[in-house]
Amino acid sequence: MEFIRNFPFFSVAVFLFSAVICSVLKPRAARIWTVAAETAVLAFSACVLYYTWSTGEFFRYNMGHFDAPWSNQLRAGVLEGVAATGFSLILLLSHIGGMRYVNADIENKKQSAYCTLLNLIGAALMALAYTNDLFTGYVFLEIMTLSSCGILMIRRAGRTALAATRYMVINLLGSGLFLLGTCLFYGITGHLLMEYIGAGVATLDATGDYAVPLTVTIGLVCAGLAIKAGLFPFHTWMPDTYGTATPTSSAVLSGIVSKGYIFLLVKIMYRVAGVNTEAMTAARHILYVFGILGIILGSVWAMRSAYLNRMIAFSSAAQIGYIFVGIGLGGTAGFTAALFQLIAHGLTKPLLFLSGARLAESSGDSQYFADLQGAAHRNRAAGAAFTVAALSMVGIPLLAGFPVKLYFAIASVQHGILVDAVTLLTLAVSTLLNALYFIRTAIRIYTPSVRPAEKNESQVVIDKKSDPGLAVAAVGFALAIVSLGVFPGSLSSLITTGLSMFA
Amino acid sequence: MGNLLYNYEEAVALILFSIGFMTLLFHKNLLRKLIGMNIMDSGVYLFLASMGYIYGRRAPIVENGDVSAEHYVNPVPASLVLTGIVVSVSVTAVMLSLAVRLYERYHTLNLDEIYAAARTRREHR
Repeated sequence: MEFIRNFPFFSVAVFLFSAVICSVLKPRAARIWTVAAETAVLAFSACVLYYTWSTGEFFRYNMGHFDAPWSNQLRAGVLEGVAATGFSLILLLSHIGGMRYVNADIENKKQSAYCTLLNLIGAALMALAYTNDLFTGYVFLEIMTLSSCGILMIRRAGRTALAATRYMVINLLGSGLFLLGTCLFYGITGHLLMEYIGAGVATLDATGDYAVPLTVTIGLVCAGLAIKAGLFPFHTWMPDTYGTATPTSSAVLSGIVSKGYIFLLVKIMYRVAGVNTEAMTAARHILYVFGILGIILGSVWAMRSAYLNRMIAFSSAAQIGYIFVGIGLGGTAGFTAALFQLIAHGLTKPLLFLSGARLAESSGDSQYFADLQGAAHRNRAAGAAFTVAALSMVGIPLLAGFPVKLYFAIASVQHGILVDAVTLLTLAVSTLLNALYFIRTAIRIYTPSVRPAEKNESQVVIDKKSDPGLAVAAVGFALAIVSLGVFPGSLSSLITTGLSMFA
Repeated sequence: MGNLLYNYEEAVALILFSIGFMTLLFHKNLLRKLIGMNIMDSGVYLFLASMGYIYGRRAPIVENGDVSAEHYVNPVPASLVLTGIVVSVSVTAVMLSLAVRLYERYHTLNLDEIYAAARTRREHR
């Protein structure tokens, strides 16, 4: 059992080595290798989760021969285990599910490079989940940004280059702010390991020294990560990015990349800046307000979208808003809601992108709603998968979206009448808007097509192509969504246990 | 004000950071944005490097058997600057390759013009 303590490091290392190896493999071998690496890391993460849950304690893993504060450290508890397991599961399923599109969208000679990039994203996600060092966090943040730009621009079609540029510019602004914040933390406290910075910050908060630099630093770090995660009003890159990338890339970017940044932010809140220090409380309140705005405006824009991926992308902006509302509410209840949403949305959004791509394919490669009419009859499996995910986004009971809204409502009750009213009202309005655009889409894909028959005939032929990868992924995602919806207590109790050992 | 003059390196670093940040955020030309990003990063590195030096102390290499830490500066900020430079070089390389691709496709580096061109071509997918 003690051997499991090496697994956090193995998770990062396996992906890093596999990235190097994939760059020299033939496309087919690289694909198999990458899926194997993703499966191995999923197994490692599940072991770490089981180990920390059964022992009830977190553990540290020193990199190099020196003890803290001189070493670079990984740290794993239940919450890190949950995040790593969730991230690697979503990465694996998104990769398998979108493989046929990757083969079609990307030139053959670049397929190995695509696998390399996916491995690098995996390495960065694992590092963000486990690292206990702020500067290591920054380095892997940049690795993730660069490789996510890669999986976006590797598809040489339409406006991918433009979307990638937008994505990079916003991300670089975020990285710059985060880097400056990290340096200021180092300047103020003299440490890079999170707990040591945290101890320094707690002392400063108690004595009231360096109040202004501390506020600025915390503000910089929170703003940097919120920008990178795509919090309103920095969500403008989402429609282009998710709309133009190959479905696996959209699924990975929306499902886990933005979540990795948020997980690091939560970690910094607990371990570095202190959730309830004066500056952090102020920062959380600001995040709460932008979260609320993001939920409403994201849904409004999603409703006005002309085509499917744009709608799903704007709905992502709204869902990211939920996570930040949970962070803003704070307390165990607020963070539990936020982290539950982090996993639930991470499982739902990729399914929407993957099944949406299939529906679009069966509608003459068109994402426009008018063309999508009757798509669920042309491809029943994709239609069913899309409907499950769409209903989960709306928050129908027995699906993952329902407990999310329940937990947000519970968290808001503990904060006085104003916050309670605003949060509940936003939840109600957002549910209504979600229902309007998601159920409208679900109805549309089930409404028999009125388009000329000859146009559909050619599409039915394409549609009968079997896609076992997508089937496996869709079943996996749908099972996860339903089991989260039926047994939300298991995940939320894991998160609560994790939060108690997170600080 | 006295503090600002005393810490002039940090002040300059923050001014550089702001110039870079604003250029990255508001300039329309992609290459200028890229230069802005590099200025922003340089600001951070200057900040780190100046914080890492304490006047009168020596480089962290033991000389004449003197092992007391008070006589040496901390080597960590310098290594952070090095790591940071590597990161920003890679980011610059990726951004430049993107710029090349955008120029090939739209024959301009002005982002407003590129958006307009993309809109008229109705490039959704």
